[in-house]
Order: sequence, then C-alpha cells, then structure tokens
Amino acid sequence: MRPHFLEVKKSMASTTAPAVVPQSGAERASRSGIWVGIFAITMSFMAFSSALFVRQGSLDWGHLVLPPILYLNTLVLLASSGTFELSRRHLEFHTAGRVGSSGSGVAWLLATLALGIAFCAGQYAAWQNLRAQGIYLATNPNSSFFYVLTSIHVLHVTAGILAFVYLLGRLTIGSGLARRSFFDNTAIYWHFMGVLWLYLLMLCRIKL
Amino acid sequence: MSETSAQPAHVHAPPEGFWRKHVFSLDHKVIGKQYYALALVAVFTGMFLSWLMRIHLVWPAAKIPGLELMSKAGAPGGIMTPEYYLSLLTMHGTLMVFFVLTNAPFAAFGNYFLPIQVGAEDMAFPRFNMMSFWLTFLAWAVLMLAFVIPDGPPIAGWTEYTPLSAIGKDAGPGMQWGASLWGISIAIFCAASLLGALNFIATTLDLRTKGMTLMRMPLCTWAWFITSCIALLAFAVLLPACILLILDRHAGTSFFIPGGLVASDRLQPHSGGSPLLWQHLFWFFGHPEVYIAILPSMGIVSHILINSMRKPLLSAKVVIYSMMSIGFLSYMVWGHHMFLSGMNPMSALAFSFPTLTITIPATILTLMWLGSLYGANIQINSASLFALGFISMFVSGGVSGFFLAQPSIDIYLHATYFVVGHFHMVMGVASLFGVFTGTYFWFPKMTGRYMNEGLGKLHFWITFIGTYCIFMPFHYLGLVGNIRRYQSFVDDFMAPYIPLHKFITIAALITGAAQFIFLYNLIHSRFWGKPAPENPWNATSLEWTIPSPPPWNNFGDKHPVVYHDPYQYGVKGSGGDFVMQDSPEPAKGSGD
Amino acid sequence: MGKLLGVVLVVIALVSAYPILKNQYPLPEDISTHGHLIDEQLHDTMVEAGISFIGAQLVLAFFVWSFTGRKPGSPLKDLPGGARMLVIVAFVIVGLEVLALGAFGQKAWASVYFTPAKADSLQIQAQAEQFAFYFRYAGPDGKFGQIHPEKIDEGNQNYFGLDPENDVAARDDIVSGELVVPVNREIHLMLHGKDVGHSFFVRELRIQQDFVPGLDLSVHFTTTKIGKYEIVCTQLCGLGHYNMKAYLNVMSQADYDNWFKQQSAQ
Repeated sequence: MRPHFLEVKKSMASTTAPAVVPQSGAERASRSGIWVGIFAITMSFMAFSSALFVRQGSLDWGHLVLPPILYLNTLVLLASSGTFELSRRHLEFHTAGRVGSSGSGVAWLLATLALGIAFCAGQYAAWQNLRAQGIYLATNPNSSFFYVLTSIHVLHVTAGILAFVYLLGRLTIGSGLARRSFFDNTAIYWHFMGVLWLYLLMLCRIKL
Repeated sequence: MSETSAQPAHVHAPPEGFWRKHVFSLDHKVIGKQYYALALVAVFTGMFLSWLMRIHLVWPAAKIPGLELMSKAGAPGGIMTPEYYLSLLTMHGTLMVFFVLTNAPFAAFGNYFLPIQVGAEDMAFPRFNMMSFWLTFLAWAVLMLAFVIPDGPPIAGWTEYTPLSAIGKDAGPGMQWGASLWGISIAIFCAASLLGALNFIATTLDLRTKGMTLMRMPLCTWAWFITSCIALLAFAVLLPACILLILDRHAGTSFFIPGGLVASDRLQPHSGGSPLLWQHLFWFFGHPEVYIAILPSMGIVSHILINSMRKPLLSAKVVIYSMMSIGFLSYMVWGHHMFLSGMNPMSALAFSFPTLTITIPATILTLMWLGSLYGANIQINSASLFALGFISMFVSGGVSGFFLAQPSIDIYLHATYFVVGHFHMVMGVASLFGVFTGTYFWFPKMTGRYMNEGLGKLHFWITFIGTYCIFMPFHYLGLVGNIRRYQSFVDDFMAPYIPLHKFITIAALITGAAQFIFLYNLIHSRFWGKPAPENPWNATSLEWTIPSPPPWNNFGDKHPVVYHDPYQYGVKGSGGDFVMQDSPEPAKGSGD
Repeated sequence: MGKLLGVVLVVIALVSAYPILKNQYPLPEDISTHGHLIDEQLHDTMVEAGISFIGAQLVLAFFVWSFTGRKPGSPLKDLPGGARMLVIVAFVIVGLEVLALGAFGQKAWASVYFTPAKADSLQIQAQAEQFAFYFRYAGPDGKFGQIHPEKIDEGNQNYFGLDPENDVAARDDIVSGELVVPVNREIHLMLHGKDVGHSFFVRELRIQQDFVPGLDLSVHFTTTKIGKYEIVCTQLCGLGHYNMKAYLNVMSQADYDNWFKQQSAQ
C-alpha cells in the first residue's frame, strides 16, 4: 500500500462538509489538473465546432432530425449530476482529506453510476435510431458531425464512469476510505460532462 | 501566486526492481532520460534520412548501398525513386518536429529538471507522466511501422495537406496504410503531449517549494511552463484534426474532401469537404508547435548563459514577459502559412500584422542576451559555446522571417528553399543548440560525470560552421526560385546551382558525421567520464544543491527553502562569486 | 577560444552577406506590371534584414571577443541604459519597421488580390492535375463549356471532362498544354484543381497561387515581355510533383491571334 498522507490544515470534520479548497500541494495539483484537463477537452470540442461551422458552408449541408431519445438522455445526465451532489451530502468527510461511506452516500453514488451508464446506453439507442433510418457516419456531413461529436463525448463520459467505479471500489472495499480530492475532482469532471453535453446538444439542434 | 504550504511526504514509493526502476518508472528523472533516448534515436534516424535526401538531390542516379534493403519498391537496385524521396522527406519532417524538437528540449529536459528546479519531489502526476512517455514511444513505433509496410511511408510531407492525404491510395504510393499510420501515430502523440503538458502545468502551479514564487523560478522552468500552456491548446486541436482525417480516409466521410475529384482515373466518392479546413486546423496547431520547439531552448540557453557569464541577465522579468508574449502571439499568426492558400486575401493582412509583431518580443530577447554579455565574465566551455552559438543562429533564422511575414514577398518566396532555410535555422539548428548546451551543462548532474571537453568543443566547431554552410545557402537558392520538396532539379535554369547543392550535401555529410562525436562522447562519458562534483559549474539553481545523480526523491526527506531568485551571480557568497538559491546569504536586490 | 568565436562570427556574417551584397543570386527578371512592387518590397526588407543580421552578429562577436578570457577579478559591468533602453529600442525600431513593412507592404498584395480583374481581361482557365497543367480558352464563342468530372478521359485527351456533343459552348473550347498569352494584355486566370492540391508559380511573373480542389480561385496579371517562362507546381502533389511544369508563352498580339485562329480551326 502506498503511504498517502496529506498534511492539511485542520479542516471541518462535519459529515456534511461542502467541497473545500484543497490544502496540500498534491491536492492543489490534482485540482489544477482537472481544470487544465477540462480546458484541453473544451479546446478539442472547439476545434470540432469550428470544423462544423466551416463544413456547414458547403452546398451539401442538409438537416438532421435529432432522435428524440437525446432529450431523455439529457435529463438522465443532468439527474446524475444531481444524484452526485446528493451523495456528497450523505458521505462522511473526515480530516486528513478522506471521505468515507455512510448510510445513503454510497447508494446515491451507485445511482449516479447507473444514470451515467443509462446515458451511454441512451446515446447508443440514439445511434441505433439513426441507423434504422439508414443514416450512418458517412451518409451526409450532418450525420458525420453528429456521430463524431456524440461518440467523442461518450468516450469522455466513459472515463468519468470508470472514475466512479474506482471511487465506489475505494468506498466499499478495504478501509472504505477514498481521497477527498479524488471525489471532488470527479464531481467537477462529471458536471463538466453535463455542461459539455448541453452545449453539444444545442449545437446539434441549431446547426445540424 | 504564493508558494505552496508543506509538501506531501512521498508522492510515490521508492522504486524497486528492474522494471519499476528503469522501464515503467514513475520517477520524472528516468522519464526525462527515456524521452531523451527516444529523441536521440529519432534525431539520428532523421539525420540519416536527410543524408539520403541530400545525396539523391545531387546524384539522382546514384546507387546507394543498402538502400534496396530499406525498401525494394522505393529504391530498386539502390536507386531512389521520386516517391521514396518524398517518403523520406515526410518521415524526416515528422520525426524531427514531433519526436525530436518536442521531445528533447521540452519533454526530456523539462521532465528531468522542472520538478527539481521548483523544489518538488516529482511531477504532480507520476503515473500520467509514465503513461505520457510510453504513449509517445507507442506513437513513434506506429510511425516507424510505415517504413516496413509494403506500400511504404506517406509522401505528403509532415504537413499532410488534404485532399492528397485524405483520398487514400488513389493519391499515390504510401498514401494507403502509410498515411493512416501517420495519422494514428500523431493522434497518439497528441494524447501523450496533452498528458505531459498537464503535468508540467500542475507541477509548476502547485508543487513549488517554500519561498519559490513564480518570479523566482529559473528561466528554463518558465520556458517549460509557457511551452506546456501552448502545447495544451495546440495538441488539443491537432488531435481532432487527425481523427477527422482518419475518418475521411477510412470511414467515407468528407470533412476535407470536396466533390468531383478525379484521381488515378477514379472519381472520388466524397463531396462537400474543405481542404482549407485541414490547413486551418493543422496550422492552428502547427504554428504554436514551432514555438514549442524554440521556447524551451530559449529558456535553457538563458539559464546556462547566465551561469557561463557569471552575471544575471539585465532583466529576468523582461525575458519572462517576452516569452509569454511570444506564447500568446503564437496563436494569432497561423495564417501566415496560408497566404497563398486561397483563403480570403484580407485575412492575409490580418495574419501578417501579428506575425511581424512577434518580432518585437523576439528582438527584446535577442537584445537581452546580447546586452547582458556586455561587461560579463564569460567562461568558455562546450555548454557556453553552444549557448552563444544559439544566439547567432536565432538571429540568422529569425531575420529571414521578416521576408516571409509579408504576404507580398511571400508571393515569390513561398514554397522555395528560402522557407526551408528559415525553419531549419530556427528549428533544426537553434533549437537543437539548446539541446546541446543543456546536455553538456546538465550531464554532470544527471550522471555524476563530465562529458569530454575536447570532444565537446570539436563537436561545437564542426556543427556551428557546418550548419551555416548547409543552411545559409538555402536562402540564396530560394531567392533565385529553387522550389522545395522536389526530388531532383530537372529545369535547365537550376543547372548553375547544382554545384552549390553539392557543397551543401558535402557540408551536411560532414556536419552529420560530427554528431557521432557527440554520441560517442555521451555514451563514453556516461561510463568512463571524469567524475564531477555536485556543483561543477558553480551554479545557483536548486538542481545544483542535490547529489549527482540525484536520489529518487530529489531532495531526500528535506524540502528546500528558497530565499531569492536563482541568478545571484557576481555577488560575494560563501562559495565564491555566487549565492545559491537555497542560501539565506544576503543577495543582490530583493530577488522578488 | 572565445576570441576565436568572435572572429568566426565576423567571418560568418561577412561571408553570408557577400553573395547578397554582390547580387550573386538575383531574382529572375520581372515580366509583369505589378512585379516591381514585390521586388522593391523585397529589396527594402533585404536592407533591413541585412542590417539587423550583420549588426547583431558583429555585436555578438565584439562582446564575445571583449568579455571572454578576462583576468580573474575583472569587474562586472552592466550595459548603460540597461533592460529598459533595450526594450524601448526593440519597440521603437522594430515597431516602426513592423509598421512600415506592414503598411507599405500591402501595396503589392493589394495590386494582386484587392483589385478585381478588368472586364476586358482575357479569361483563361487553368487546370492542375497529377502531374500536368492544362489550359482552356473559351474559343470564338467566348463561352466556356461545362466541366463534367465523370467524363474526364486522359486517354482521349478530354482533360476537362467536356461534353461537346451535348454542350454547345464546349465545342469550340481550346485546350492547350501551354499557357499562351498576348503581351501587355490583362489575363484573368481561373484555377481549377482536378484531384489534389497544386500551385501555379511563374517566377518571372511574380505570381504564385494554390489550386484548391473545390474552390474557385483566380489570379490576374499583365505580362510585359515576350518569351517563354516556366510554370512550376509548388504544392506537394505526389510523386510527379518535381516534374510538373508547363510554359507561359508570351507572344505579340499578332502572333497570339494567329495561334488562336489555328487552334480554333482544329
């Protein structure tokens, strides 16, 4: 086992502590890391967006009717952000930057995981819906962008889901403790996935 | 930003076992050396390719021994085909820009020294760091695979313009799997670089030791930090571009391919795409990329120059702000690669203005280096020779930029050897000089031994004079209209310039051979070099306060405390004419 | 060795500058009406670049010579004026130069790109393909026929994919492997890319422009001297890129009219 102790200033040992500003160097670094990562991901989607804006200037730009399940998926994803925050209220936040399971905390996290997986399943259903209409990746430029944007987003969501699995593992197995900073950073990343999805949905709705 | 509070006790456990210590290491120092080793392999490969190209240019019918073994299709009987020349050209550029100039000055030295110079025990995310290197290695392996597949490496240049790179095998040899391997390799490289940049940024912002304010960081650390900010945005754009290119090639999409194209007598099954879109995405990455290549060397040279001349620069702050401005401006100029591309001619002027403006911070830096030399006490050794040589090379490479920045002049000089001369001098020489100076300077710290000074000086003189002999004539050739990326010159008008090309080839062969002196020096000194003390150059930054080579956790169990900037030279200290950064002895000025 | 470096720097600076000062690598003769603007701009830039280059190398040489190998204990000095002066110098000198080059430099660019082709310019279409240029004239009817990519047939020399059977305008179109133009007449060259990116460059004409498949691009120019000038491809287009060339054949108006009549008769 790796020794992992973070020296922190005395933090509140409340069971309903909100996300605190990270204290030690490593905690601050991981917080910077998640924001820097979000910045890079945003930049990538800006690149895809600008490709879309350029491409839509061509004569073969048509119109894609978005599969209705996308809207349900949106609600699912936003709900998962909600359940995550609910889990935050029910987990125990210890000193030394740890968070432990207690009561319904883990249950809400499981709900978040389930909703995340449901989102991915829903996106897959959306693709199936399009395929049933004969609309594939290369069918037209609109569909190309739809598939590319949604699949790359799902890829990033999957990374978040893997983080949840890891977090749940730490909270339920062995010491039952996970790093507070990991929890908070996963939250930031997950909420970003929701915000990003709202942007992509709007982009697809308006432009495709 | 203030310095951080107390550090964690250990970021990772002490390494145990061969694999953890030397292969899948979490230690930023080992990772830095791994990047260096990869860059070394890539640079000698790239150099070898350039030899083949130069020989073919002046002796097109020559049977090059062994070349047929490299590729039966590309060089039947040892005589290079036109398409193989283009393959070599493409691989030369790709290897050099990505695997040498991004790896060596930035990933290699940055990984090794940034954590130490800010007083940290390791990078912020050691596992991401290890992943970063091995992904880079994977990217390199995928690229090199292009040499062994039957169709050979791609022939579209390191810039891989569409539709040539997007329509697949109808475009010509190498454009089937070769081009796809290129796309996959570079996409992996982007991911690796993003992870690396993440590490550099987080470490710099959050793992600085007590007393280490941002303004007290060494100039090379600043350069690595600014470079990683640029890299984060640049590679985040190239990755989507590569993904879209791969989709066009294999999934039938038309992001970059318009309709109505007839190649190899076949109507291409695409429509509506935009070749200019690729150029915009590529150069939005590509221009910051060249500053990623030069900025670390600027920082390294500044750092070493100060030590060599026993005197700080006239103003470290000015140098820092200049490097920051270059980083910022680098994002506004990408269209200067596209003046004649068919984009709106108004945009050409819009891009030209910031391109010319970048001359200002570049001039400030040059004047800072020159001006600080006045009144100094310059110590000459291999490291300082390359640092001084860098200044000369940067000036030479930079002034040709004045021409290319102006669209009117670019009408004539675009795609000529003038451009090739420009970027080789700044990237191929100046940036590499930064790597050389860093190597000679930091070798004692990394290995505990000196490199051989005599061989180092010999390496310098041949390389310095040799690279001038190779690349200065490129500008003259450009002026008379010698077009680039030609595998041979079949025009009558080029006949009088073939002797000059021969001169360049001979110079390239000799200068290239001299690099083996460096390689020999590197390897021999590693095992049998003269043992070096902890601080052989009487230097001041934190890397010189720890043993050579440093222990796995850099500072042992201590956390250094820093009292002033790292350039206290010309000050009476207990060690001589300098005060170390972690010494509370009185320093000149507040040191911020 | 510092002194040696100082000397070598001076030698390098002078040897590098020599061929330029002696004009040993002159630009090809200018045969266009706008080219002199480019040449003047290039000349002015060369002067500024030359001064910067030689100046910087000589200063470096001088400082390296003066401040290496000094006696131990020699006092360190700072450049009078310090960093502030140098920053001001950089901003003022470079700033002015940037403004000058940027402001005056756009004359040449504007003359090529911001002025539209005159209404009575001679319209010629250029097509670039792997690995040749072809040129199309509208013929006596003054109208270009439609291009049909699917009808392109290299074997039958139907490079443009014309359909003379069904397309009246295409019947008298003249296709030539040479760009034949009358001197002193404005030419409006429309660029069409057939397969991948190419570029049109005639050094003497001081005109260079990429062909971008999918984009309708054009350039216009007026030649001033009769003769044959090489057109080269300058955008990497595949294995035959090095050999992809054609000729700009500038003739007198009379000779051009004869040529045109001959071609139309075919």
